[in-house]
Amino acid sequence: MIVPWGEEELVQGNEAIAMGAIASEIDLFAGYPITPSSEIAEILSRYLPALGKKWIQMEDEIASISAIIGGSLAGAKAMTATSGPGFSLMQEGLGYACMTEVPIVIVNVMRAGPSTGLPTQAAQGDVMQARWGTHGDHPVIAMVPCSVRECFDLTVRAFNLAECFRTPVLLLADEIVGHMRERIAFPGEDEVEIKCQPEPDVPIEWYEHYHPTASNVSPMARFGTGYRFHVTGLTHDAHGFPTRKVEEVMAKLGRLKHKITRRLDELEDVRLHGLEDSKVVIFAYGSVYRSALAAQQILAEEGMKVGVFRPVTIWPFPDVTAKKYLDDKEVVIVPELNQGQIIHEVERVTLDAVRIVPVQRIDGYQITPEQIVEQIGEVV
Amino acid sequence: MMAVHLPYEHKYLRHKKKFPHVWCPGCGIGILMGSIIRAIIDLDWKKDDVVVSSGIGCTSRMPVYLDFNTLHTTHGRALAFSTGVKLANPTLKVITVMGDGDALAIGGNHIIHTARRNMDMTAIVVNNNNYGMTGGQFSPTTPEGARTSTTPYGMMEPNFDVCDLMSGAGATFVARGTVYHVMELDRIFKRAMEKKGFSVVEVLSPCPTSFGRANNQADPVDMMESLRDDTVTVKQATKMKQQDLEGKILRGIFRDVDVPEYLDRYEELCQRARERLEMNQ
Ligand code: SF4
Repeated sequence: MIVPWGEEELVQGNEAIAMGAIASEIDLFAGYPITPSSEIAEILSRYLPALGKKWIQMEDEIASISAIIGGSLAGAKAMTATSGPGFSLMQEGLGYACMTEVPIVIVNVMRAGPSTGLPTQAAQGDVMQARWGTHGDHPVIAMVPCSVRECFDLTVRAFNLAECFRTPVLLLADEIVGHMRERIAFPGEDEVEIKCQPEPDVPIEWYEHYHPTASNVSPMARFGTGYRFHVTGLTHDAHGFPTRKVEEVMAKLGRLKHKITRRLDELEDVRLHGLEDSKVVIFAYGSVYRSALAAQQILAEEGMKVGVFRPVTIWPFPDVTAKKYLDDKEVVIVPELNQGQIIHEVERVTLDAVRIVPVQRIDGYQITPEQIVEQIGEVV
Repeated sequence: MMAVHLPYEHKYLRHKKKFPHVWCPGCGIGILMGSIIRAIIDLDWKKDDVVVSSGIGCTSRMPVYLDFNTLHTTHGRALAFSTGVKLANPTLKVITVMGDGDALAIGGNHIIHTARRNMDMTAIVVNNNNYGMTGGQFSPTTPEGARTSTTPYGMMEPNFDVCDLMSGAGATFVARGTVYHVMELDRIFKRAMEKKGFSVVEVLSPCPTSFGRANNQADPVDMMESLRDDTVTVKQATKMKQQDLEGKILRGIFRDVDVPEYLDRYEELCQRARERLEMNQ
């Protein structure tokens, strides 16, 4: 037993991601070494061969993402793991997988940039790259864990969402979460639900690889099953053949968008703490959320009520929920380990009357609860 | 000699869906597509078991016309995609077609590492000496002195010998053919595809539209005749004098060695991993 089902253990975030992948019945991991994500590849290199699953170290990150897309098309549940510089290289494949609607999971254990930056230190600098990094536009799904247990849970969820939405799913951990060790209780094996994209059941001659459906996601055949289909990054029709016909182009791009934007309720995942009776809210995600909760606690002890709003799924952004809970606030504090990325989303969805205040740190160190408390003290 | 299969080739094309094709009159790519089909027929491979992948460029448009499992990927990365396909389902027969720029410039890193790993797949590198689709810019195989749209004063850089490069990188089967010598090409493709290990075939193919026009060879027939006159087989070459071989390009099989294949080795690795983990538990 590799995943310690139902047991308590002291594990590292990256290790929990690897366990989450095994729990999700991963068939193929392809990756390229990069700090601070390498433990994921290392741990999987130990276990996947023993499980009869495939593990490969490719020549670079572009090859890694390309290999998992190919693997997924041939029937594998596939994942790669990287960090900022590698994530930049993967944008090409990420766009291809979005366009061709191939389920894959990409873990980015974010480190401080730009460029080689501070390879062993944390940042949240790739949040906008995750959203807009590829050429062309399309929606993406990205989740941000804040704890070791969540590294496990969200990896499982990432595989499930990738299958259900036939699209790449991003897990944006950061160096702190990836390298932190916590004693966690693993769920029981029967508590974890594993979802798979259904196989088509139509006669072979009727099969359309991108059949229009109500959910905008259609059952997906894999290579070698008798459903012979074509896959291309060129804009394509329902069969997957290249097209430039306006109505077919619009149908394709519309589906790509709507399969996500019309199922937001399945994707949204927020944590709300004490929002009802507070005029000040801390809007935080990932490891910084832990500082936000600690700051809330410190202020509560001083007699000040402060709410915390945390998006777990960061893309698509929880527009409606954020607006609902933030529009009547006086101040929203947005602490992030970057020079201001998600703060623009918070500004976008809230009324002008709400004062949005940044707390930013880009030196590779965590924002402390005290920094948040201090900022709140200054503005309130 | 190999049997002629002309009437059967159509059964391997998506002729109702995707024709006419994009290639120019006089282009060699269609000829070698026929060769690929004939080799597959000769090997008796089932359509459902064959995956044809490609990168970006004129050559890489080929899969869409073929009634197999087909995968038109990103520029240069086709072999990385193919590696994933083969890992996920080793029973699939994976053939990757790429142009020279696709395979050797942007895809250079991928092709050498795919050769080094020796996974049981076939790569076909269609060498037309330039980037045809984007308007005839020079590629890593453009001969010195040749004119292209980005070498108006003649190609200054040395070029790759694809077969030398692949032999050096560890491909277990390396061969060169041309679209003029099409029966020979059928046989080479068949040998490459049935080879257990990573096999590479370089195919010299005319691009009259982009390369020919820039080099006083706009007539496709002239280009085909050059393939006839400027190449000799490895066997012929052994009987020729050194000065007669000057400027000739060799055709034939350059390397055919038996080396343990990646997925077989991976199976052994799985066995070792199982034993080790059981020992530790
Ligand atoms: S540009 Fe050259 S390689 Fe491309 S289709 Fe035309 S002749 Fe063939």
